[in-house]
Order: sequence, then C-alpha cells, then structure tokens
Amino acid sequence: MYEFKFHRPATVRQAANLLAKNEDAKLVAGGHTLIPVMKQRLASPPHLVDLSKVENLSGIEMKGRALSIGAMTTHADVAGSPIVGEAIPALAYLAGVIGDPAVRHRGTIGGSLANNDPTADYPAACLALGATIVTNKRRLKAEEFFAGLFTTALESDEIITRVTFPLPKKAAYVKFRNQASRYALVGVFVARRPSDVGVAVTGAGADGVFRVTAFEEALKKRFASKALEGLSVPADGLNADIHGSAEYRAHLIGVLAARAVDAANGK
Amino acid sequence: MQTKIEALAAEPVDPADALAKFGVGQPMRRIEDRRFITGAGLYTDDEREPGMLHAAFLRSPHAHAGIRSVDVAAAAAAPGVVAVFTGADWQAAGLTGLPLRPTIKQADGSPIATPPRPGLAVGRVRHVGDCVALVVAKTARAALDALELIAVDYAPLPCVVDAREALQTTAPALWPDHAPGNLGFLWRVGDADKTAGALASAAHVVTLDLVNNRLVPNSMEPRGVVVRHDAATGRVTLSGSIQNPFGFQSLLCELFGWPKDKLRCRADDVGGGFGCKNQLQPEHAMMVLVCEKLKRTVKWVNDRSGSFVSDAHARDLSTTVRLGLDASGRFVALAVETVANLGAYMSTNGALIPTLPTAAVLGGAYTIPAISMQVHAAFTNTVPVDAYRGAGRPEAIYLLERTIDVAARQLGIPAARLRRKNLIRPAQLPYRTALGRDIDSGAFETVLTRALELADEKGFAKRAALAKKHNARRGLGIAYYLEATLGPPADSARIAFAPDGSAVISVGTQSNGQGHETSFTQIAAAQFGIAPDAIAYRQADTDITPEGGGHGGSRSLQLGGTAVLLAARQIIAKGKRIAAHLLEAGEADIEYRPGRYAIAGTDRGVSFTEVVTASFDPARLGPDMAPGLDETARYEREGFNYPNGAHVCEIEVDLATGIPRIVNYVVVDDFGRIINPLIVRGQVTGGIVQGIGQALYEDTRYDASGQLVTASFMDYSLPRADDLPPITLELFQDAPTRTNPLGAKGCGEAGATGAPPAVVNAVVDALEEFGVVHLDMPLTREKLWSAIQGAKR
Ligand SMILES: Cc1cc2nc3c(=O)[nH]c(=O)nc-3n(C[C@H](O)[C@H](O)[C@H](O)COP(=O)(O)OP(=O)(O)OC[C@H]3O[C@@H](n4cnc5c(N)ncnc54)[C@H](O)[C@@H]3O)c2cc1C
Repeated sequence: MYEFKFHRPATVRQAANLLAKNEDAKLVAGGHTLIPVMKQRLASPPHLVDLSKVENLSGIEMKGRALSIGAMTTHADVAGSPIVGEAIPALAYLAGVIGDPAVRHRGTIGGSLANNDPTADYPAACLALGATIVTNKRRLKAEEFFAGLFTTALESDEIITRVTFPLPKKAAYVKFRNQASRYALVGVFVARRPSDVGVAVTGAGADGVFRVTAFEEALKKRFASKALEGLSVPADGLNADIHGSAEYRAHLIGVLAARAVDAANGK
Repeated sequence: MQTKIEALAAEPVDPADALAKFGVGQPMRRIEDRRFITGAGLYTDDEREPGMLHAAFLRSPHAHAGIRSVDVAAAAAAPGVVAVFTGADWQAAGLTGLPLRPTIKQADGSPIATPPRPGLAVGRVRHVGDCVALVVAKTARAALDALELIAVDYAPLPCVVDAREALQTTAPALWPDHAPGNLGFLWRVGDADKTAGALASAAHVVTLDLVNNRLVPNSMEPRGVVVRHDAATGRVTLSGSIQNPFGFQSLLCELFGWPKDKLRCRADDVGGGFGCKNQLQPEHAMMVLVCEKLKRTVKWVNDRSGSFVSDAHARDLSTTVRLGLDASGRFVALAVETVANLGAYMSTNGALIPTLPTAAVLGGAYTIPAISMQVHAAFTNTVPVDAYRGAGRPEAIYLLERTIDVAARQLGIPAARLRRKNLIRPAQLPYRTALGRDIDSGAFETVLTRALELADEKGFAKRAALAKKHNARRGLGIAYYLEATLGPPADSARIAFAPDGSAVISVGTQSNGQGHETSFTQIAAAQFGIAPDAIAYRQADTDITPEGGGHGGSRSLQLGGTAVLLAARQIIAKGKRIAAHLLEAGEADIEYRPGRYAIAGTDRGVSFTEVVTASFDPARLGPDMAPGLDETARYEREGFNYPNGAHVCEIEVDLATGIPRIVNYVVVDDFGRIINPLIVRGQVTGGIVQGIGQALYEDTRYDASGQLVTASFMDYSLPRADDLPPITLELFQDAPTRTNPLGAKGCGEAGATGAPPAVVNAVVDALEEFGVVHLDMPLTREKLWSAIQGAKR
C-alpha cells in the first residue's frame, strides 16, 4: 500500500467538501473493495475520506410504502433486519449471500452500488425492484444510476446517502455463485411490482446489470415459471471467461429466472 | 461437516503391549490447538527483532524472456534500502544451480537433465514468478517500494506451457544446452515386453486417456524464512516456514560448501506445507547468501500472489492407460504412458514425484501380473512441479481406479464386483507386485465390503430413482486406494526428564499442523504412565536432534513416533536399573508396567516418577550410574507398508445447471494401529477435502502467453465447508503391519489419494445415460452441463 492521507468527516457536507477540494480523493465505506486494491498497489488514492463517522448514513426504516436503507448499512445488518425481512425478504436473503461473514460485516450497500461490480448482487435487486439511489445532490432511478462496468452516474463529489425500495408484491433472488470468488456468475432478481414486473440479471452482462424485457413481458401476462418456457436470452453480448462461457451464462439466466419466479410464488 | 468414527476392531491387537493403555488409541484433543486457535502460534511473520531487515523479491512478469539488463541504481538509492541483488551476485558468489535430490536415471542409464536453477535469474526468465532481483531494506514497505524502481529490460521469447506440446520439435526450447527438446528425462519401470505380450493376448484391453490436473498447494501460511548471523560463532540460523530443517541444512550446506555445523535450520509453527515447503527454493538460497553477506538478520515472507506463482505446483500429468483383462474379468496387464510437466526447472524432488512413488503403488491393491510404465518429463514455462499431498501415489491410484470403472462399464460387470474379483486376497500376502514391491498386510475385500455397506449400496437404486424426479442424476463412485508411506528413511528422538518428573521430547520430524505434539506425547505418556501435560514437545531443529527427516510421505508417526517409543524404552530400561537399586533387588526381578516398577510377584515397588526424581540424586544411584534420564534413539525404516482403504462417494448432478453435489461420503481406512483416532480423522478429512478440491474445483490455468490466469482466490477455487458432505469414517484395525513397532501405516496422504477417483467415478456413473465415459478433472459445473448438453444434441 502506498501512503495516503486519511480524513474522517462528521457530516455529508464535510465529506463532499473534502472530495471537492482534494483531487483523486476516494470515499471509503466498508473498505472491502477499495482496501484490497490498495494493498495490491493497484490503486493509490492520495486521500481517503472515511464515511464511518458521518451522521445519518446508516439505518433501515419504512418510509410510507418504501423501504429506506442508509448507504453505510452493512450487508449483515440488511440480512438480519426484521424490517427488511418483513418488507422485502428477497432483499434480506440477497444480502445474506454476499461474500462471507467478514465481508458482510464490513461491506455496505452504498459501497457496493457505487462500485457497480458487474458480478455484485445488489445492483440486480435495485434494478428489478425499481429502487431510487439518493445522493447528497439528487435522486437517481436505478435505471439511470448504473452506467456500465464499474461505472455509475455518480459525479466525483457525489455521495450516496441512502437507497429506497418500493415494496413489491412478490420477489426472489437466485444466485449462481462463481465457484472461486463467490460473487455472482449469474444472479437473477425477479420482482412482481404493483404495476410492473422486474427481471434483472447480474454477473452475466458484458455491460453490467441488465433487465430482461422479454421475460418481464411474459411474466406480466402470467407470473409463473411456465410463462418463461421457450424463452431464452441470447448469448451474444454476455460475459465469457474461465468461469463460464456466454452460452452457459445465457442458459443459466433462464434456469435461475424460472427458479426465482417459483421461489417468489412460494414454490 | 460431521465425521463419524467407529473402530471395526475394538480389541487391541496385542493386549500385552502397554501401548494399548494410557491414552494410546484414545481420541485425545490436540494439545497444540489452544495455541493455534487463540492466535498464540509462532509463525514466520511473527518473528520480530530490533534492526531486522526485510527482503522482497522482484518476480518475472514474463513466461519466457531474455534479460538484456537489470538496472538497480534507483532502487539501491531509495530510502531505507540496504542492498539490492541480482543474478550477477549469484554468479559472483561462484554459484550455479540449486542442489537436487535426483535419485533416478533415465531408461538408457544416462543421467536426467538437471539444468542449473539459480537463486536469481541469470540471463533469462523461464516462468511468470521467476525471481529476478532481491531488495533488502529496513522495512518491508521500503523493500516493496524499491522493487518498483528496478528497471529490467526483457526480450520476450515464445513460450510453451503444455508438456506434450513442449516435446514437439517445433516447441520453443527452454534449455537448449541442458535438455534438448525440453526433455527432462525418459524413465521406465517394469517389464515392458511382458506387459505388451500380456496385453496382446488379453481378451479385453481397455484404453483410457486422462489428465491429472495441475494444482496450486495453497498452504494457509505462505513460505517465508528469517535468517540470522551470529557474529561470535559465524554460524547462520535459518528458521521459518519449512517442512524439513535437516533437508534444508543438507541442501544449503551442499550449495555453499559449508560444514553442517555452520548452518542451523529450524522451524517454529508452520501453517501447512502439503509438500510445497519441502523443496529448497531460490528464495531460501538467496536469503542465506544475503544474510552471510550482510551479517544481519533478514526476514522474507511471501505474499499470496507470490505464492501462486512460486510455490511448487503439483500433479500435471497426462497419461494413456491400457488395462488388459481375461475373459472372466481378471486383470492381466497394466501399461502406463505418462507425460509429466516438470515446470521451468527441475525442482528439488521434481524428478522423483512422477516416477518412484507412482511405481510404488502402481497396480494398487490388485493382482496384476504384468505392469510397465514409462514417463516422459518435459520442461515448460510454468512454475516447477514437485511434491504435494500424496506425491505420486494419488496419480497412480487415480489412473488405475478410473480405468477399472471404464473397464467395468465396457465389460458389463458392476464396478464393485470387478474390484472384488481382482483384489489381493489375504492368503496371497505378503504379495510381491509386478514392480517388485512387497505388500505386507491388508484385508482389502473386507474393507471394501464394509465401505459399501456403510454407503448403503443396496439402497442406491432407490435413491437414484428418486433423484430423477427432480431432474437430477445420482452416481455412486468407488475407489480402492493403496498408499505406500515414503520419505527419508530414518528419524531420531530424544527424551529428557527433569527432576520434577516432567519431560521434554525432541524429534527430528515435524508437524506442519498435523498434531504430532499430541500423538507423540501420547506415545511417551503411555510408556511412562504419566500425564501428557507433564511432557513438553520440541521439533524441527538441527541443533536438538542428531538427525531428522521432516514430514512428507506420511512418515512421521511410524518413523518419528517409533523413535520416541524406542527412546522411551531406553529410559525405562535405565529406570529399571535405578529401580532395582532403590528396591535393593536384582534387575532381572523388576517388572515394569507403565508408571510403576515392582519386584515380580510382590507388592513392593516404586513409581516411575520416583525413579525419575531419584535419577537426579547421585546418593540414590548405584556406583556405575550417570545421573538423569536423557536418551536419544534412532529409528530406520525396516520395510515399507501400505495404508489402504475404500472410498465410496455418492453424488447428485443437477441436470439444469450441472452442479455436482456430494450427498454422502464413506471411507474405511486401514492405517494399522491407531494412536489417536481424532487426529487420524482430521488427517483423513483434510485429505479428502483436498481430493474433492482436485476432482471438482481446483483448476490451474495458464494462457497461451504463459500467464497464470488463476493466480488468486478470485479465480482459483478451493473447496469450502459448505461444498462438502458429511464424511463417515471407519478405521479398520484388523490387519496390522509388522514393519514398525507401533504397527502404524501412516494416514496423512490417504484421503487425497482415494478421493479424486471416487468423486470422478461417481460423477461419470451419474451421467452414464448421457454417454459420458470419462471427463477430466476438475469436473466443473459447466463441464458437466456441456456433457449433458452434448448428449441431448
Ligand atoms: C472476499 C470478498 C467477497 C465478496 N463477495 C461479494 C459478493 O458475493 N457479492 C457482492 O455483491 N459483493 C461482494 N463483495 C464486495 C463487498 O460487498 C464490498 O464490500 C462492496 O462491494 C463494497 O462495499 P464497501 O462498503 O466495502 O465499499 P468500499 O470498498 O469502502 O468502497 C467501494 C467504492 O465505493 C465508493 N463508495 C463507498 N461508499 C460510497 C458512498 N456512500 N457514496 C459514493 N461512493 C461510495 C468508494 O469510494 C469506492 O470507490 C466481496 C468482497 C470481498 C472482499
């Protein structure tokens, strides 16, 4: 690791000022993505702005018909939260299958979304559920937020403060782990929303998380795994690496989507 | 994960033997675990001392390249840097290559190729991770910072990573002067003519091509050493994460032309070796060289990325097997042709692994009258290959047990029945194999039967039918393994008592986490009839025992443990003279039972502990007795023995995704006499897990440019606890070996030997209806899915 200057602001405003003032400054939340790359000397931010002592950034609450999760809320807190368990059990489940216990007790939802790893789990939930990512500057629809591999709509001094999820009628997440890293080789989040259906796929897209509109249309007509029979996702444009070919990933999307629909239907 | 132990034979083998009492055979909890679990272990990186320097190696990013120049000026001038070394320093010290332990000759009697492996690259790098330069600095960070300032001008060369390709005439040459055609050696064993003849006249010949996949050892603690120089004596001490201090001492002294007493080698706690800490590697040689030059304490600890590209890799063989059977299904001949990947250099034991240990068990526990094997070993631009848990024997058993399953399918004989038909029967023991090995003991068919019973083979068809209902297929895989315990042939132990009745055991072998501290203590405690906590354990130090062989080849208990037993017997014998003197009786009249000497036929006696105390009091000793109880014993292997057993794996493959899930795993092991079943269970479980890892998950992949693409745990998949099944383990103790006084056969590598074929056999069995005859490890999910798809198309 190279040397860096460590800042520990108390408010979002202070944190944003530090980002604006120091070029190449980086926020650090759980540090579970950022610190390993720094240790390997692949990243060398001269300034780290730690969010752990910033007020009002963590916590889980219901706000009307929406679930609100603070950016600094750890995966373990989401997984174990009775509020999430009640409101969107699929989201609690998803948080519980991220990494391992150490990762879940450090990693945060804000850090995960800001990082937008194409194999991370949360992006699938945000897209399928129609979440809103709230920052110190604005509110972004999940659709507008994710902008390709490790890329988001966030500006350099923009900080995620919380994420809100409108409650679905039913939802489920099925993850097919990369055997080595345990990130998603393919993960499919299916949500039946009051007036929509969301099917979002992580792990497989060459540009990161994406929705499968053909599946969504079919499921809007009939929310049952049978509705997906005969449908498939083309392998073109999907990731291919030593862990799985594009064909395998395309096939898995179909299998996992059907299983997710069954799970959402309590089957 | 749960494991279950039941002894088939509750009766002790020899009731008169005191070993049967006082804790031997008891599942005593490991003494060392408190230290390990509470973080009180002492590993290489825990070593600190004022003024200690830190070393870091610059590793090659190229698989194959000439080195035009290495500019270290900026690094040498960087803050905190004490010295920078390159291949030129190695040459200036008059050194050429690391010493080897090649005890084989080529088939034509000529020596094998032993190209010089330098401490730092001279003129050329030959694999990604090859050591190019070494920085010594005041802090570890300063050393790492300085590495970035070294400018190496590389001239990239074409590379080859596959052993078969390396042997093609068009392949780039790694060692044009030392190994033309990249051939390290061609080695043969067995009667090739007889085998060919038997195959020619066999009713059936089953041929199978298979690959034994390359593995990265991944010990939890990376390699590392601290080397110290003693100004007063001029002695150098190397301590660290090594498996065999005596081996290191002898290799390093050979390298530097030093007398043995110039170099002390030792180890504290070592976090796993599995073979990869048995070799003398360039880093070790450089660390000793640098310490001797700087006369300062220097520490080096590899990081995980460095470990992936520098710890000796394992296996990497591709083999053609031909098994001949007569009309009734009896094996008549086995011919094996292997191409082994040596990596870029001949590693310390690199020539041995694919040859002698494989031959030691080739043919397994079966009657096979004619066996031959030939091995072509090739240099490639990959990390050198050397010992890893099982070292040659898993390779032998894998090829045989897979081929037997293929034969069973081809001949339409159930796999278990074909094995039964050919297993060596007790009446044939001792059995001399076609390769001249004498298998001394075993009850192979009994063990197989018991394993199949525990696995509920009879109920399998029902379970398989059930699985079909949820779009899955079940398979049952059997593997009968035969092991041969190997490694250096002798070991020594010293037991020294203190006046308070406590003792220190010192042994020449070494635990890397296996639990010797507990089992060896149990052996001694049983002899003396004292509590295990009165005994302290020391190991792995060339200064504390006259010799030692380290750990490897599942040798420690039978050699080191026996040395402890012999030293204990010497103590008891001396104690007997003291007891006789104290009791004013003739020595011949004294009887010893653990813990107590008594005059035969009377109730007059004295406790062992009293004798210990008396031994330090000259007033209570006879005129010709030296005070104290301090004995050293040496034990040299009298004969090889053959741990063996049956693995039965039941697996379910999900057809939609290809996910293989092991639903049940049974193993019945014959390890001879068991000292501590809990430790044996740990060893077997760990071995099986590594075997499952090889069979299903561990995929070491190089790309065409020679980059190791699976060089981190993000890409290299190790088995995790939640991937693993419950393991039912039963220990069969009715076929003890007489090759050592303990009656122990060695258990350290057995799990890793039996598991790969059991798992692969199970998967292939599950996918039979899809026309799958064989799949090469690792059986990844996509590989299985593709095989299923292939049949559908
Ligand atoms: C071994 C391991 C396994 C893992 N497995 C999984 C897995 O299975 N699935 C999965 O989804 N993830 C996995 N992860 C990633 C884990 O969830 C990360 O912790 C997470 O992605 C990043 O969260 P963090 O809080 O650690 O962020 P950090 O590492 O602190 O930061 C990550 C990035 O986000 C930025 N950032 C952080 N917080 C904010 C904010 N509030 N606003 C704007 N930018 C911000 C930082 O500047 C940085 O660029 C794994 C990680 C590890 C180490």
